Amino acid sequence: MTEVVPSVDMQASIGGVPVVSPVLTASGCSSFGRELDPFFDLTSIGAVVTKSVQLRPRSGRATPRMAETPSGMINSIGLQGPGIDGLLADELPWLAERGVRSFVSIAGARTEDFAELATRLRGAPGVLGIEVNISCPNVESRGEVFACNPDASAAVVAAVREAADPAHPVYAKLTPDVTDIVSVARACADAGANGLSMINTLLGLVIDPDTMRPVLGGVTGGLSGPAIRPVALRCVWQVHAALPNVPILGMGGIRTGLDALQFVLAGAGAVSVGTAVFNDPSAPARIHAELAEALGERGFGRLADAVGYAHRAPDKRPEGRHGR
Amino acid sequence: MTEDGATRMVQLPSGDRVLPPVPGSRTEPLGQPAPPAEHPPVQGLAVVVGSRPVSAYTELTLEAPDIAQVAQPGQFVAFAVGGPTSAMLLRRSIAIAGVGDGRFSVVVSARAAGSTWLAGLRPGDEVDVVGPLGRPFPLPPEGTPTLLVGGGYGAAALVGLGGLLRSRGHEVAAVVGAGDAARLCSVDDLAAVAAPFVVTTDDGSAGRPGRVTGPVADLVSGAGAVYACGPMPMLAAVAKLATDRGVPSWVAVEESMACGVGVCMTCVLPVVGADGRSRFARSCVEGPVFAGDRVRFADVGTLPPDLVGADAMTLSHTPAVEGETP
Repeated sequence: MTEVVPSVDMQASIGGVPVVSPVLTASGCSSFGRELDPFFDLTSIGAVVTKSVQLRPRSGRATPRMAETPSGMINSIGLQGPGIDGLLADELPWLAERGVRSFVSIAGARTEDFAELATRLRGAPGVLGIEVNISCPNVESRGEVFACNPDASAAVVAAVREAADPAHPVYAKLTPDVTDIVSVARACADAGANGLSMINTLLGLVIDPDTMRPVLGGVTGGLSGPAIRPVALRCVWQVHAALPNVPILGMGGIRTGLDALQFVLAGAGAVSVGTAVFNDPSAPARIHAELAEALGERGFGRLADAVGYAHRAPDKRPEGRHGR
Repeated sequence: MTEDGATRMVQLPSGDRVLPPVPGSRTEPLGQPAPPAEHPPVQGLAVVVGSRPVSAYTELTLEAPDIAQVAQPGQFVAFAVGGPTSAMLLRRSIAIAGVGDGRFSVVVSARAAGSTWLAGLRPGDEVDVVGPLGRPFPLPPEGTPTLLVGGGYGAAALVGLGGLLRSRGHEVAAVVGAGDAARLCSVDDLAAVAAPFVVTTDDGSAGRPGRVTGPVADLVSGAGAVYACGPMPMLAAVAKLATDRGVPSWVAVEESMACGVGVCMTCVLPVVGADGRSRFARSCVEGPVFAGDRVRFADVGTLPPDLVGADAMTLSHTPAVEGETP
């Protein structure tokens, strides 16, 4: 591991709750955390963001479930998982016993599903907060994705905020596949979201030139990895500019500390590391160290001072890049 | 191996029932899930110390004592490919072919950009590797005669096992097959530990013409345990031959993996669990070694409706609009 500049205070906050590191895992990219235990100290990161859990166990989709793409991949897993009962019985206790914080991602097909999941998580051990995966089809709206509609997004967020443990910050996870992400972000914030996670994957497609059919069993899939990083960064920038007081958990293709730094400078108070974990299972700990070093090199004594720093007024002279 | 003839009804927590075995038919499984490995995986840079062409493949030998000293036959490693700034993010998972002196070897089949990069590594190069991964081949009871069956480069995964079985006093027979002579693998290594030893090729360019299933059908009745690694259709055929004769089999499957460590959920296949219910099992951490009679080969690539949680998939199944969230 690279030498950490000791003077940088890396404490971060998730919706007002302090965490030891601004680096978290990303939902769907670290399962429920325990597979990464051999590779780094899970208590050294901000939290394990769990794979999205639903009310019932889900088998997930038929294979093939993924395809590699330039600097990324598309996937269509189908939210395979144990359901809330399995999460509460097996996964959360395992994390809590080791002092690992969990940020639980919940998903549902209707607003009431989300509210019930938030209720079930009240009092669960080790839970830092809830990330609401609203990039799911709403069965009560002909399968329109909640996150593509500000009103549907707001309804879910309000229901979860109402049902959740008051100590659990509620973050809405936004999709970039919308015309105006700021309007969805504002609707979620107005509905009581304590923060925003952005971005989810972009909808993509890969066709096999040999079979001349879509590669994935689910036809389309979510594109992730460094390929989407500029899109993610643009979303964080736009939302922070419009809603500077709303905490942002930034994600989308973060692979290095300098990638994470870009999200912090754009306005993210914390970041999630997702697809990079497939390439490097110790990536979250490495990126924490690299980010600390990068902040120190740039003269920041605290992570918090760097959040949104790229939005400052233009320098009078171009060479002011490293000066503060 | 279970031979439970008693009629009984198992009541599962969900209220679902498992019907008792029909007399004369085999519904009780021969194999249980393979136990996990004794040692957790490690991640680090391995130094390439050897590279040599082996017919159509490349055998790489790497210095990695942390991995080599604890690896068990049947386990695999996952390589990062293309260097630190590579645009190929997904790990390439390859079975460990042999270990010794702090080194391990793998057989690389260069098919696309990632595996071609791996096959091009030269002595002195470093590569990021995670391992040992996956569940090893369970060893049979003392004195059990064994049969190893390898297809293509899958035969490499059986080399360590063959040596271990011999050292423990087991009889080892082996059948190794491929499409043609150039795609045979590990023939010398397995010939050194196995007798009888049979080679087959589909085109007859080496050994007996035809598939491995012919010799396997002849040899399986003399075996108390069968171990196989190779293409999925071969594994299905070998497992069926063994199961039909009441012989337990262990198959090491090859499924497309993104991470190799159990977090991406892409390498699943339908497997019957210890409770008799089927689930999508991850071939990286719940495999790659499965009991041959537990893998639902005919259903690979589909979503069987009786899988645990399959019922929940139809509720929200609107693939035209669902931006899949990992």
